[in-house]
Amino acid sequence: MSTESISGSAAGRLSVLKTYKLYVGGKFPRSESGRVYEVTDAKGKWLANAPLSSRKDARDAVVAARKAFGGWSGATAYNRGQILYRIAEMLEGRRDQYVAEVADAEGLSKSKAAAQVDAAIDRWVWYAGWTDKIAQVVGGGNPVAGPFFNLSSPEPTGVVAVLAPQESSFLGLVSVVAPVIATGNTAVVVASEKSPLPALSLGEVLATSDLPGGVVNILSGRTAEIAAPLAAHQDVNAIDLAGADEELAKELEIAAADNLKRVLRPQPVDGAGWSAAPGTDRMTAFLETKTVWHPTGALGASGSSY
Amino acid sequence: MPTTEPPFALKDATASDSTLRRFLHGLPGVDAVGLEARAASLGTRSIKTTAKAYALDLAISMVDLTTLEGADTPGKVRALGAKAVRPDPADRTAPATAAVCVYPDMVPTAKEAVAGSGVKVASVATAFPAGRASLAVKLADVREAVAAGADEVDMVIDRGAFLAGHYMKVYDEITAVREACGTSARLKVIFETGELSTYDNIRRASWLGMLAGADFIKTSTGKVAINATPANTLLMLEAVRDFRAQTGVQVGVKPAGGIRTAKDAIKFLVLVNETAGADWLDNHWFRFGASSLLNDLLMQRQKLATGRYSGPDYVTVD
Amino acid sequence: MASAFEYAPAPESRAIVDIAPSYGLFIDGEFADAADGKVFKTVSPATEEVLSEVAEAGEADVDRAVRAARKAFEKWSALPGSERAKYLFRIARIIQERSRELAVLETLDNGKPIRETRDADLPLVAAHFFYYAGWADKLDHAGYGADPRPLGVAGQVIPWNFPLLMLAWKIAPALATGNTVVLKPAETTPLSALFFADICRQAQLPKGVVNIVTGDGRAGAALIAHPDVNKVAFTGSTAVGKEIARTVAGTRKKLTLELGGKGANIVFDDAPVDQAVEGIVSGIFFNQGQVCCAGSRLLVQESIHDELLDSLKRRLSTLRLGDPLDKNTDIGAINSAEQLARITALADQGEAEGAERWSPACELPSSGYWFAPTLFTNVTQAHTIARDEIFGPVLSVLTFRTPDEAVAKANNTPYGLSAGIWTEKGSRILAVANKLRAGVIWSNTFNKFDPTSPFGGYKESGFGREGGRHGLEAYLDVY
Repeated sequence: MSTESISGSAAGRLSVLKTYKLYVGGKFPRSESGRVYEVTDAKGKWLANAPLSSRKDARDAVVAARKAFGGWSGATAYNRGQILYRIAEMLEGRRDQYVAEVADAEGLSKSKAAAQVDAAIDRWVWYAGWTDKIAQVVGGGNPVAGPFFNLSSPEPTGVVAVLAPQESSFLGLVSVVAPVIATGNTAVVVASEKSPLPALSLGEVLATSDLPGGVVNILSGRTAEIAAPLAAHQDVNAIDLAGADEELAKELEIAAADNLKRVLRPQPVDGAGWSAAPGTDRMTAFLETKTVWHPTGALGASGSSY
Repeated sequence: MPTTEPPFALKDATASDSTLRRFLHGLPGVDAVGLEARAASLGTRSIKTTAKAYALDLAISMVDLTTLEGADTPGKVRALGAKAVRPDPADRTAPATAAVCVYPDMVPTAKEAVAGSGVKVASVATAFPAGRASLAVKLADVREAVAAGADEVDMVIDRGAFLAGHYMKVYDEITAVREACGTSARLKVIFETGELSTYDNIRRASWLGMLAGADFIKTSTGKVAINATPANTLLMLEAVRDFRAQTGVQVGVKPAGGIRTAKDAIKFLVLVNETAGADWLDNHWFRFGASSLLNDLLMQRQKLATGRYSGPDYVTVD
Repeated sequence: MASAFEYAPAPESRAIVDIAPSYGLFIDGEFADAADGKVFKTVSPATEEVLSEVAEAGEADVDRAVRAARKAFEKWSALPGSERAKYLFRIARIIQERSRELAVLETLDNGKPIRETRDADLPLVAAHFFYYAGWADKLDHAGYGADPRPLGVAGQVIPWNFPLLMLAWKIAPALATGNTVVLKPAETTPLSALFFADICRQAQLPKGVVNIVTGDGRAGAALIAHPDVNKVAFTGSTAVGKEIARTVAGTRKKLTLELGGKGANIVFDDAPVDQAVEGIVSGIFFNQGQVCCAGSRLLVQESIHDELLDSLKRRLSTLRLGDPLDKNTDIGAINSAEQLARITALADQGEAEGAERWSPACELPSSGYWFAPTLFTNVTQAHTIARDEIFGPVLSVLTFRTPDEAVAKANNTPYGLSAGIWTEKGSRILAVANKLRAGVIWSNTFNKFDPTSPFGGYKESGFGREGGRHGLEAYLDVY
């Protein structure tokens, strides 16, 4: 979005600016801190004031994510797939808005920004299809040496704190959020510090895609400030450090040890960047394996093959 | 002698067909794998030296030395009786068996053979082994055996009625036989566990038999493919243990068929010891229905006494 | 009249195992003293007899071991998988051949009954090597992409409760995937790992592929902190696990942790009661309760509480405690004086907090470390003994009224390793299993293990899985 189009002065009409707000528990609150920070485009021009989230916002987001976990993880995989696909549909309809936001945020040409947004929409479609397949790929029966039925199934680990990548404000964001929720986790997402607007706008799409409130919660502000209480939070089960630099990542990993969070360290992003085809790794990183045993026995009392 | 009335605490269970069904179906289920694992685990007990000597003599004293063949003759039964009274001619310290077990028509011969020894005569009855006859025929069978002096009657239940869910019919038949046994004969009730097939059925049958006044519950006739196993015997031992806890009435257990070695017999005694408890370690409360088992027990006994392995020519062939 | 059937002593012969008076560290295929010459003694917990004197590794020794493993890594990881497989098959076979010897050794050093080492530990150890041997040349098909690569040098620290089995869980998948290892066994149970070193020699495993450094927590800490270690695998307490997680933070070391638990064993009123009693007993008294996945909290439906407790108490009265080498012993010795003190303190605290304590009549040997099987009734979620891992033969009994309440109580713990469900109703098993936040759920059974079956916890019970296809991931360069 160019500054001109925001002011709308060229058309002789003053446009209506959007107040960017957080997305927590399905609602759009301002930061509890009452503070905002200035978000500029790649050239330093003012774009908007974004909420400067505090540790209390982080706390509220965790409460919302925990509350949503039972319902979301308990929904059928088919239902989760339908909703993720719905997100792609809603994004497609608002494609131009995101192209403009990404272009501004990352200083990209329209066409390059469009490629990012298209890839992000396609990524939702990819993960929508995964919801009811991942269990078959990573789970299964185990042929134990005894009269037992033994089945391993993946289960979501719980509430995942996600530090979205700093550079790729939208495709990177979607690439880390979608796999977390596809499998039934709920997420507290810390948007790119410098370019939070596409993330905050994503909340508007999520809110209209049948995604239950609290499944994804989006915070903007200083990554280090928000991430510290999340990494130390005893009711957060995992943390994705994609948006942390080396020093912060180490600090957070140490804090995360207090309740043994699953930690996904920042992964080197190769030449293709976030455009590269994702594997299953970002899903399996936040999956537990549950193994259930049950005796089989024989049909009659003539002796099982024990 | 116990009465034919079901024990007070559980009297309501047999009030009607439906209460009996509800009671039997309300018993806790049995997990087959867990039951068999427990039986197998007790089977790994290592019984050595003095414990083995004790167990061998106890096992010998618990044998119902059995012959149930169409070809049984008075001579065969007399030989069996002699063996029961003095199992090891070379060693007078070997205890006598608990009983000899024969068909009703052989009871007089058996009585004569064991006269004065304390060895009991048990007779199978009720159209053994199939049990497919009218109640009148079954009762006549029982009365004949008792009249001939049988100390114990080993009846078979009507498995067809049990499997069809006619529990009251089975119950009534057992109580009728119980009555026909009078005050002199103890009643063993054979379930033919191999035909009941499931452990849940075996547990239900056990309680049904005990409610109907069985003195012993017995696994099998020895005439089908699956007879006594550690698991079904363990299950029946649990039943008599629980029945006594609820009613105060103690009932015996008799695994029959398929127990051929001393090693196996000792495993069964471990099951008794660690499930029902020491109160059942007595031939009044536990029996082995067997024939070839006795010789192996005797050979092991000789081995323990002399330190040498014995051979089949050092025990008697009957 | 009935008389008592007393089982005469039936001791397994200890002549089958030849324990040397002293052992060195196993580094680069050779046994060697610690650089500073330090040693420590390992004792039999059942008698307090000193079994042997073992080298105590210091930082310099750990460094030497890691360098040996690094040197061996290049060739080992370049071997065709089929060749690595054959080494592992050899090891598995030799373990089977020497299993009675190893069972006796493990019983001597650990204090657990020979019945368990013979029938559980050793068969599982061999099976684990067999299982992972077969993976070595099939990694392309394991679901981790084509030609997944090993990580390098694995630093592995294992506990004393299943010394050789935990070694197998660590070493078998590490070697199958092409890593080399430095393993530190627990301070109180170093011997079976040192015998394993001899098995590596018999199997002609290339030197440096497996290195064993004995010592205490300091050696473990040095191993984990060593900059040239690429993979850290630890089984032990949650407190130490957290410390390790902090140590490896900010490095590229891959970490898997197998930690504590406070497993709930849930018994519904329609349970197969006799088997449930066995499962409860196995759940908390197997290996003297020194099991991370022990069913240390019994959650029993209130409507059957009294009768179940009667059955349980009657069953506990038949447990045979004593000489671990006796083939009829069910309950052996506690592994160390330190562990005994911890169990004693927690049990005393349970009593002080008002729970009702019960043990069967049970004579404890006069020497060695012993603790009678114990159960506590009238326990609530607020009691320390319902929350803290005791790691001993102590069962806390709680009640519940509905399935919802059972699940809520079972999950109300920072741990999440194991749970048990006892009911004859299939749909209830599946519903409850689905809601329990634990890595291993035993329904109508308990404490079953198999190399094909992934094992590991949720929450503070650690992360990563051992066993099965899943167990490969910990040793492959994937995330």
